[in-house]
Amino acid sequence: MKPAPLTCHSPTTLDEAVRLLHDLGPEAKVIAGGQSLVPVLNMRLATPAHLVDITGLPGLDEIRVSAEAVEVGALVTHRRLEQDDAAHAALPLLRQALVNVAHPAIRNRGTTVGSLAHADPNGEMPMILALTGGSVTAASVRGERTITASELFVGPMETVLEPDEILVSARFGRFAEGTRTAFTELTRRSGDYALAGAALALQVSDGQLRTARMGFVSVTELPDALDLTELVAGRPASTSADIAEAVVERVTEHIAPESDIHATADYRRHLTGVLARRLLTELTADIPARGAA
Amino acid sequence: MTTDNAPGTYDLEAGRERTQPVALTVNGVEHRLDIPGRRLLSDALRHDLGLTGTHVGCEHGVCGACTVLLDGQPVRSCLIFAATVQGREITTVEGIGDDPEHPSPVQQAFIDSHALQCGFCTPGFITTIEAFLAENPDPSREEAREAISGNLCRCTGYQNIVTAVCRAAELKRAAGRATAGCAGCPGSGTAAGEEQP
Amino acid sequence: MTTRMFGQRIKRREDPRLVTGNGRYVDDLGTGALEAAFVRSPHAHARILDIDVSGALDVPGVVAVWTYEDLVGKLAEPLPMLLPHPAIEAPVTGHVLAKDEVNHVGEAIVMVIADDRYLAEDAASRIEVEYEFRDAVVGIEAARDGAALVHEEAPGNIAAHLVQEVGDAPGRIASAAHVLELDLDIERSASMPMEGKGVLARWNREDGSLRVHSSTQTSTGVRAALAARLDLPLNKVDVITPDVGGGFGVKINHPWPEELALGAAAKVLEREVKWTEDRREHFISSAHERQQLQRVRVGFDDDGRIAGLDVQFWHDNGAYLPYGVIVPLNTSTHILGPYDLPDYRVEYYSLYTNTVIVTPYRGAGRPQAAYLMERTMDAVADYLGRDRTEVRRRNFVREFPHPIGLTMQDGREGIYDSGDYDTSLDKLKALVGWDDFADYRREAEAAGRRVGLGIGCYVESTGAGPYEGGHIEIETTGRVNVATGLTSQGQAHQTVLAQIVADELGVPIEMVSVTTGDTRKMGYSVGTWGSRGAVMSGNAVHLTAKKVKQKALAVAGRSLEVDPADLEIVDGIVRVKGDPKAQMPLAMVSVLSNPLRYAFDDTARAATQFAGKQDETKPPIAESDKPGLEDSDFYSPVRSTFASGMHAAIVETDPETADIRILRYCVVHDCGPMINPMVVEGQVHGGVAQGVGGALYEKMAYDSSGQLLNASFMDFLMPFAAEVPEIETDHLETPSPLNPLGIKGAGEAGTIPVSAVIASAVEDAEGFPITRMPISPPELWELRRRHDAGEWPSLRRG
Repeated sequence: MKPAPLTCHSPTTLDEAVRLLHDLGPEAKVIAGGQSLVPVLNMRLATPAHLVDITGLPGLDEIRVSAEAVEVGALVTHRRLEQDDAAHAALPLLRQALVNVAHPAIRNRGTTVGSLAHADPNGEMPMILALTGGSVTAASVRGERTITASELFVGPMETVLEPDEILVSARFGRFAEGTRTAFTELTRRSGDYALAGAALALQVSDGQLRTARMGFVSVTELPDALDLTELVAGRPASTSADIAEAVVERVTEHIAPESDIHATADYRRHLTGVLARRLLTELTADIPARGAA
Repeated sequence: MTTDNAPGTYDLEAGRERTQPVALTVNGVEHRLDIPGRRLLSDALRHDLGLTGTHVGCEHGVCGACTVLLDGQPVRSCLIFAATVQGREITTVEGIGDDPEHPSPVQQAFIDSHALQCGFCTPGFITTIEAFLAENPDPSREEAREAISGNLCRCTGYQNIVTAVCRAAELKRAAGRATAGCAGCPGSGTAAGEEQP
Repeated sequence: MTTRMFGQRIKRREDPRLVTGNGRYVDDLGTGALEAAFVRSPHAHARILDIDVSGALDVPGVVAVWTYEDLVGKLAEPLPMLLPHPAIEAPVTGHVLAKDEVNHVGEAIVMVIADDRYLAEDAASRIEVEYEFRDAVVGIEAARDGAALVHEEAPGNIAAHLVQEVGDAPGRIASAAHVLELDLDIERSASMPMEGKGVLARWNREDGSLRVHSSTQTSTGVRAALAARLDLPLNKVDVITPDVGGGFGVKINHPWPEELALGAAAKVLEREVKWTEDRREHFISSAHERQQLQRVRVGFDDDGRIAGLDVQFWHDNGAYLPYGVIVPLNTSTHILGPYDLPDYRVEYYSLYTNTVIVTPYRGAGRPQAAYLMERTMDAVADYLGRDRTEVRRRNFVREFPHPIGLTMQDGREGIYDSGDYDTSLDKLKALVGWDDFADYRREAEAAGRRVGLGIGCYVESTGAGPYEGGHIEIETTGRVNVATGLTSQGQAHQTVLAQIVADELGVPIEMVSVTTGDTRKMGYSVGTWGSRGAVMSGNAVHLTAKKVKQKALAVAGRSLEVDPADLEIVDGIVRVKGDPKAQMPLAMVSVLSNPLRYAFDDTARAATQFAGKQDETKPPIAESDKPGLEDSDFYSPVRSTFASGMHAAIVETDPETADIRILRYCVVHDCGPMINPMVVEGQVHGGVAQGVGGALYEKMAYDSSGQLLNASFMDFLMPFAAEVPEIETDHLETPSPLNPLGIKGAGEAGTIPVSAVIASAVEDAEGFPITRMPISPPELWELRRRHDAGEWPSLRRG
């Protein structure tokens, strides 16, 4: 299990990097952390002739928190983002999800933006981008463009990125005030891909549910988010158990799980429903009935 | 699926593969190598630098036998091209301690706790635990177990490795002060059940 | 006074090297050696029509490309059938490189040797093989059906068929008060050591000798195979087993095609060549184990006393049968467990399939046996509404020796030599809190939790022959060099064998060093398998140490002019009992044991011809004696010794997700007196962890065309630390009367009953039978659905 022959390029500026990608054509691939790419190369399931290593590019290793978003540079590792307190304060969902990404040794090298480019619907972070209404910025010789999550993912492991584009950053949108979030997934072993996973962003004010959005891992074709607001809006948080049935029904309609060697589609559908119900319970359990406290 | 991209990387006249210069800093020593762009860090360490303590167990990043420290953080050396970590500080098990007569605290803890059998996965655990204890010098048994849950061991059943993590913490602390204890960690051979009814 | 080492928790003498990166595994050796890669079949069943290697030759650094056509002489013959047995009806083995057909995905077809592994893989990827496809036979049902055949010469895909019978099981069942029938299923897992296989071969042109390092469980076996197939004199071949990164059975099969191919290549190319198996290769071209379908008929009385047991099972042996019927034979001969069942009949079929070969994996057929018997015991207990431990106790063997009337894998009758199953069960019940579990379950249920308690018992024949040997030499420095032929893969042989020798010779353990698996040091050996290392080599070095000690006392007696019977050795000093002043270091005894003409140092001077007085009427070396303080001896047992154990587990199953968690795991283990309890517990922990893998996580997922869908650590779910419970252990030490040390084997024990235990616990939690293992959350959930729909029965306990 050794990669096929390749040339490793190490540009030192973004201009140089995009120029290389453009000139080398489709036989070149971008590598940052490489934690998804290198296993594929080692198994020779992909055999690019060139790798453009972007880890030496300046300015791509920043985490910026603004009022609207947490912006993450292409070289920020999962682990750094997970441990970044400002990012956590601004968008707790990031850490909630990131601790589920593989094992720490993978998170130490793998980049969050890289996992978005990989676009694996079994991965946690593409879903988080979708759930937060986020976007990415891609650079090429033609300049930069911003692509929203809903545009970015077009199939399993498939994005609208051109072969000569580099994702330079991702922008995870912050939720409106009063939004609480939780992430849960069931894996066979610690660090494995989830049999199913889900995240919920639930906006609550005055003991009432306002908006709800849910995202899923391993049970959808594309990383996307499901808006559940119409089911919850205006309902007292204390009645979440009553609406759980409707939520589960809506969720199981929305997802499209597939059978594989680890689980049947039926099981994944059932499990996703259980996880959805648990998320709803978790996020409403401590909310006092309206008027109290 | 496989495309023939070899012509660019083979030097057919010389009858070998083209190489590129790669500077690696390993265990505090800078090495200048001339190696192909596809050389995995694990192979560069083992074959080009002769640091065979880093082991290769799966070459797809799951088993953790090849774990080394990159700027102090554990990473899989089989998932990194040597050419992409120039200028970074790499620490292998030999960098943590290469003298059987004077093992490091983590290494000594493995000996004390019977935390290895065949020893193949051990270097990956030792590098992982070294970094973990730097972040969490006084872990609970549960934290210790979680910390090693990204490395496969087929021999020990992990129990004694968990004990070794706590024992290593104890040894490291003992180096700093006179007494130390590790709550919840029994001595080698006995076991603490989780959630005993 | 020297402390007795036997029984002490001596820290391992292997460890300082291994923890500091100074271990030396095969791939750590042979810097600069050429490296091999193999073209392996991507198809499960096909004829090979043509092989075009021309593309490979364009890759720089390629030194050789071999197909079957390049194999000469005996190298071209089928690989050996290592373990002939009368039950084998159609013995088929593979070739070093596929001859004209392939029978499983992963079978080696072409060997490429190049400057390094990267280039060898490049070349291998450019080799084109043209195939004519055949129907693949995958799974026991397809094999049993026999519509498609793996091998023409094996009609019905039957490799072997055996009936073993004692008493009259069918008759006793017919007249029994109650009869139950069970259909059981257990799937494939694999040894999966962290280090795959590996071979480094070097040909020495000057003296025409071959030296091979192999990551094997039998260096003597590999040596004999290499000599035979390469037509070399045995004394021109040496096989050395360096540090080995785990074996668990898969490395006992030999010669692997790669061992012969690399040996031959080294000789032909006159270059050092190396092959390091990668993980994918290990999945698709080494060996798996476990898969069986089992059918049980059991008759019993109102108390749960079993009247008769009639068993049929079908064993999937994969594409070839190099290791004979050892696995199904171990199943058929271990089903009786700790129970006294005089009326037993077993019939098995070992079947070919187009999948990776099946050879022993830790437990080697015994986990399937324990699974069958313990599922049966639970079913009987449930049927009668009795406590599961009471039904077991009702059937225990209590008198020893207890002959079972079955011929074991060593060709000898199984006779339980000793054991104490009642005490084991008492200890287990106390350890797990068996009698308090009902209260615990009630509390858990009140909190909405679902828990279950399971149990599994087993016996294991260990320490099978034919023999192992020891060689001990005491150097003139006093250093004690011990060699035994079997190999080490983490069992602490260098520690426990040193403990035994240190005790017998009366020397500090620091003075003892042990070499294993090096045919240069010990050419006679069988190998490391079947929980035999400590029993066989332990007793062998013990016997050898006795001989060397006698010699030391004789030499010292002559020098000190005392009767050797009045001498003892303490802390490396030979001294007169009761007169500590009359003494001599063992180092000096070693000097004196080798009369010298030449003094090369001060120590040696004491042994030269003019040093001290001599009895000129006698030759310097007595007629019956040999120079040097060294000797060899061998231990060869009459039959295997039976270890035993009982496990219990408490599991929790999530009422919604069907996730299964082991809350507690308890082991009572009896392998006789423990040489080093720390090491024994380590073996138990590791064994249980592999058992947990086999019970809840690991299976080989083949599709119907014979593709292994999970040939990676991503998808073959070997447990991490988070998945393995803390293991609570208690021990009995019932000595074996069969060997001088009274010991029994421990290596496989931990693994054997785990699938039975977990099935028992999950069944107890769920209230319906579990008949197929391993079990995953999705599978448990599916069973619940079928149970809710009335398609799957409930336990009777209600």
